[in-house]
Amino acid sequence: MALEEYKGVYVYAQQVDNKLSGIAFELLGEARKLAAPLNAEVAAVLIGYEVKPLADELAAYGADKIIVVDDPELKEYRTEPYTHALASVINEFKPEIMLVGATAIGRDLGPRVSARVKTGLTADCTMLEIGDFPINPIPGREQKHNQLLMTRPAFGGNTIATIACPDHRPQMATVRPGVMQKIDRIEGAKAEVVEYNPGFTPDGRYVEILDIVKSVVDTVDIMDAKVLVSGGRGVGSPENFAILEDLAKALGGEVSCSRAVVDSGWKPKDMQVGQTGKTVRPQIYFAIGISGAIQHVAGMEESDLIIAINKDETAPIFDVADYGLVGDLNKIVPKLTEAILAAKAGK
Amino acid sequence: MEFGLSKKHQLAQSLFREFAENEVKPLAQETDELEKFPAETVEKMGRYGFMGIPVPKEYGGQGCDALTYAMCVEELSKVCGTTGVIVSAHTSLCIDPIMTYGTEEQKRKYVPDLASGRKLGAFGLTEPGAGTDAQGQQTKAVLEGDEWVLNGSKCFITNGSYADVYIIIAVTGIIEKRGRTSKEISAFIVEKGTPGFTFGTKEKKMGIRGSATYELIFQDCRIPKDNILGKQGKGFGIAMHTLDGGRIGIAAQALGLAEGALEATIKYVKERKQFGRTIGQFQNTQFQIADLAAKVEAAKLLVYKAACAKETQSTYSVEAAMAKLFASETAMEVTTKCVQLHGGYGYIREYDVERMMRDAKITEIYEGTSEVQRMVISGSIMK
Amino acid sequence: MKIIVCIKQVPDTKGGVSFNPDGTLNRGAMQAIMNPDDKAGLEAALRLKDQYGAEVTVLTMGIPKADDMLREALAMGADKAILVTDRCLAGADTWATSSTVAAAIKNLEYDLIITGRQAIDGDTAQVGPQISEHLGLPLISYAQSLKIEDGYAIVDRQFEDRYHVLKAKLPCVITALSELNAPRYMTPGGIFDAYEKEVIVWTRADLPELADENMGLKGSPTQIARASDKVRKGAGEKVNLDPDESVKYLIGKFTEKHII
Repeated sequence: MALEEYKGVYVYAQQVDNKLSGIAFELLGEARKLAAPLNAEVAAVLIGYEVKPLADELAAYGADKIIVVDDPELKEYRTEPYTHALASVINEFKPEIMLVGATAIGRDLGPRVSARVKTGLTADCTMLEIGDFPINPIPGREQKHNQLLMTRPAFGGNTIATIACPDHRPQMATVRPGVMQKIDRIEGAKAEVVEYNPGFTPDGRYVEILDIVKSVVDTVDIMDAKVLVSGGRGVGSPENFAILEDLAKALGGEVSCSRAVVDSGWKPKDMQVGQTGKTVRPQIYFAIGISGAIQHVAGMEESDLIIAINKDETAPIFDVADYGLVGDLNKIVPKLTEAILAAKAGK
Repeated sequence: MEFGLSKKHQLAQSLFREFAENEVKPLAQETDELEKFPAETVEKMGRYGFMGIPVPKEYGGQGCDALTYAMCVEELSKVCGTTGVIVSAHTSLCIDPIMTYGTEEQKRKYVPDLASGRKLGAFGLTEPGAGTDAQGQQTKAVLEGDEWVLNGSKCFITNGSYADVYIIIAVTGIIEKRGRTSKEISAFIVEKGTPGFTFGTKEKKMGIRGSATYELIFQDCRIPKDNILGKQGKGFGIAMHTLDGGRIGIAAQALGLAEGALEATIKYVKERKQFGRTIGQFQNTQFQIADLAAKVEAAKLLVYKAACAKETQSTYSVEAAMAKLFASETAMEVTTKCVQLHGGYGYIREYDVERMMRDAKITEIYEGTSEVQRMVISGSIMK
Repeated sequence: MKIIVCIKQVPDTKGGVSFNPDGTLNRGAMQAIMNPDDKAGLEAALRLKDQYGAEVTVLTMGIPKADDMLREALAMGADKAILVTDRCLAGADTWATSSTVAAAIKNLEYDLIITGRQAIDGDTAQVGPQISEHLGLPLISYAQSLKIEDGYAIVDRQFEDRYHVLKAKLPCVITALSELNAPRYMTPGGIFDAYEKEVIVWTRADLPELADENMGLKGSPTQIARASDKVRKGAGEKVNLDPDESVKYLIGKFTEKHII
């Protein structure tokens, strides 16, 4: 395989129900970043049925070229025809880098395609960069430049690994949704649109869709929340939890609480975080008016980002908090909610 | 000498541990607090074969050995002393005597249901006026035609009203020997629902509060003649031999309680901070933990040794007595010190060591007090 | 019906992880368990066995210690266990692993292949789909329910906001979610029996369908450039400001971290 034949940073522009998924724009933003040092073009691969009208939107978010594979067989996502579509695009257009969202679709499509085109695939990446491999020169071993270095957490988030794919092309990665930044929309941007159809012949590998069931929102489990706003006895009263609920809503999160709150009868047991409650691991955890007894900390210390708000500056919760605000929660929390909403509206 | 567990015993241990963590531990506080017999757990344990571990497969059991059974009681007791004793009383005090002394018909009739957990077993020896002193027995069984007629009562019976099959010890006559009279004692199998067999008071206990401890009352309770277990007049030996096995179960329960308390405490002292350090960083704590760990290990060796002796020896009274004596006193000491290491938290019910300390106390008392174990041991080695 | 369940022994990540100097995982230093999604896959197979009758074979690639996990699978009710183990297979990425497992499967008869969605060590979710590709079989991943009807698998396939009810002709590959079921426990007697059974051990020599360039570290397109423990965090920053300044400080941090 002549590696230098492979050029361009490609993203799989996922659409569902002929609506582009957010990950498509995030990948384009990241692709633009990666394409700069490589001096390469950014292409979006759009697969579906009657999806061509979506091309302009991809151009607006940074695609130089859009390859459209449009076929009735591609109306709904199914593993085999989509694999055939994307693998054919790769074989035809030979991208240097192929990014796929680590979504329920991408994590099915990505590995199947990588196996078909015989290249490596790095799953669920949280950081991508162009660099050398090996990262540090090793005597007697060639150091390759302009490699895609793919960083991902592994072992339940206990470790971070950076992976390269030096001898195969394309360098493929699935990328975790919500991590990469899309670029600011460029109004009226146009891109080259290439239509490509490798031909679809259903065989035994095509599965049949008997039904599509869209789910309604279930009752929330604090263990599934990405943002938790947790209150302790310091909140003062059950009514005062309203300010926590507002903050949670502003960040798309849920409210949880400490044992003291449950013991006081302010909140039900299933909202309790801690050794005798639930162990949670959200991306952001607010501990508001919670002193931070061991039994509470044991249930939340693995959260990605911990923010404590407490008027007692010696409260043990500050020992585990990334950001600690010493002060009156009744004053800080409403102002914080307001500021977050303002920042979001301004975006 | 081989001290390591075989691969299959290791895997069995991991099974019991996983089951205990997932199925038993979450209910332990409630079981204690509400004095609630964990019927659902018993049903699950039946489904997974925990209720008939040392029973041969041909009788519906698991075909494993006494060590596996002891490890099961140990792991369950690590998280819940109540659940441990339910399995122990059922297996050691009901199934075991039927398997050892029962006729083939009795075994076929009772054991498959017991070993599969469809039915629960219990054992009635103790009476208000007779604990370890079997000669103090008042419950009588009189043969009338084809039936034994039981009258009297038993107390402190584990698995009380929840059991279906009971081994009952009763007086069947008076023996005159060289001018002295003694009671002739026999063992019987009594089924729940037999007319004349009812339950009295449910005891309110310090520990193992979820275990249903009841008084059994027999008023002209008629059971078939064939329900005598073993030969008439051999009841005392049956009871004593049964208790030898039972003591291994209780020793395993005590061991589990000690281990559970120690594990919780090690975790706690590594987290709890005082004076700017975790309390585990104080040498006093470290030395205490070291002493407790050494005692737990010694208890474990005695318990496992007794379990192995049950497989290979015809009598194992001394091994069982030593294991029970040492493990139960270790459990009491370890849990007490673990409460102390927890400080104030150790005294409140939110923390498991509080319950474990209360649960541990009974292991020094039932199925032969520590004093009785000392009698058994000294009686054997000083004769 | 013959069902093959691919299972993997993984370090229990709850206890922390450890690495060799070359960046690969030091599996010996960690508590090893059957990967949870794989266990759900095994349970699905055992339920099909309970329901329709089936022969369930568990297959793993790993170090000899994986024998423990295979015994566990046998103790749960699997009929046969195969361990693919060879030094030359070590260091495999998902490509090389899936090629090797597919080559082993080619030695066997099957109607259905079940794998877990993903393993808790790598979290890649790649090996199952890649096996299906190497074998040229239909694939249904993210299965949250499974039944078999007239030579077809009927599966509820989970997506973020919906599920598809899919019908695939057997033989096919299904990747199981932990949500598929609650795996049964072993039984003590099952454990004793499991140690009476034979675990079939295959080495490189037993995999004629496997090409040298598709196996082990050398057959792995992806290579580790760097691996490290996630840094344990201690106390972070603490500020004592008036409410407006506090909020401003926090909004600044949020903006830095792209939270808002």
